[in-house]
Amino acid sequence: MDNEKKDKLFEKGEEFLEMFRQGQEFTQELMRENERLRYREVQLEEALKSKLDSPPTLPEGQEASDQLRIYMERIKELETRLGEVEKENVNFAQRYIDVEEQNNNLANLYVASFQLHSTLDYEEVLQIILEIIINLIGAEKFAIFMLDEKDNILLPAASEGIELNDIQPVGLGQGVVGKAAESHSSYYNENPSDSRVDPFEDPLVCIPLLIKEELIGVITLYTLLQQKEGFVAVDFELFSLLAGHAATAIFSSRLYTESKRKLSTYQGFLDLLSQ
Amino acid sequence: MASLKFLIIEDSPTMRQLIRFALNRIPQTEVIEAADGVDGLKKLSSNEIDLILTDINMPIMDGIKLVTLVRSNDSYKDIPIIIITTEGAKEDKDRAMALGADAYITKPIQANDLLSTVKRLLNL
Repeated sequence: MDNEKKDKLFEKGEEFLEMFRQGQEFTQELMRENERLRYREVQLEEALKSKLDSPPTLPEGQEASDQLRIYMERIKELETRLGEVEKENVNFAQRYIDVEEQNNNLANLYVASFQLHSTLDYEEVLQIILEIIINLIGAEKFAIFMLDEKDNILLPAASEGIELNDIQPVGLGQGVVGKAAESHSSYYNENPSDSRVDPFEDPLVCIPLLIKEELIGVITLYTLLQQKEGFVAVDFELFSLLAGHAATAIFSSRLYTESKRKLSTYQGFLDLLSQ
Repeated sequence: MASLKFLIIEDSPTMRQLIRFALNRIPQTEVIEAADGVDGLKKLSSNEIDLILTDINMPIMDGIKLVTLVRSNDSYKDIPIIIITTEGAKEDKDRAMALGADAYITKPIQANDLLSTVKRLLNL
């Protein structure tokens, strides 16, 4: 039994030794592979360094002039691409400026529209229109006329830079203002310079205030602030906005004020009757 | 980035809204509004203001008087002031700048000009 046990133990020991031998061989193989890879790495590093340090070598059979031609073509191609990129950059810059300008214009239009419809008080609406024309358009002297439907006459309702009493009523079809009102079409002076003899006879701009086809008044601009050199695109947008939105804002506020007055009158009657 | 506080002193709500619109394009800003110089001074004393934008022609207290008072007060004298006005004459500008305004912008304003002036004064 003892011999048998010894034999088994010996066999197991041999198995272990075999395993260790195999492990040792495997480790040695790994170390050799590692060594080989290190050597390869050094070789590649040296090759790369020499490639970077030395000028490009000509392919076999190719003349230096051919190589130069290839390089020149490549440079030309890169220059063309650079030019295209620069052109694109300029386009982008211009588009950025355009978008910025549009944003600013939209902000102006939004503010004008928002303010016009922010109240139902007739006097406040008129005040807001004056503010828009001073602050957003840059007019110095201007007036708002309202149509008296009974007499077909335009009566001054609000003004800036001139006393309201100094402005004469205008008959429909009379003068520049009356004609613009009658024709329902805006008037823009073709000679907006200071050479105009009488700005009140020869205004800069007349904008009929219309609700659909119904005329309710006219905005007339006589002079601009000294720093305002002329009209720009957004000014014409503002004129269009004023033509429609100012008209509805004025009309709504007048109706509201009128109905409020009537309501208080009826309320007074009812109170009298109930006493 | 800490928020910037702007004080707009202007009697026209239309103009206040337009300036607010422009200033809100600077990130993290707080805009405080006042309708005249006196209201502006009250708001100035109750807030840590980084920059003042004021009109000249206003009821109760005009912008010129306001600039004079702000510049004579040790607590506020270093706050940059931008005047935004319809007065385009050179003498008006010179007067305002002599009293201590840092910039003078005439109406109608261009949002880009306003923003570049604000950024220049605040080193943004």
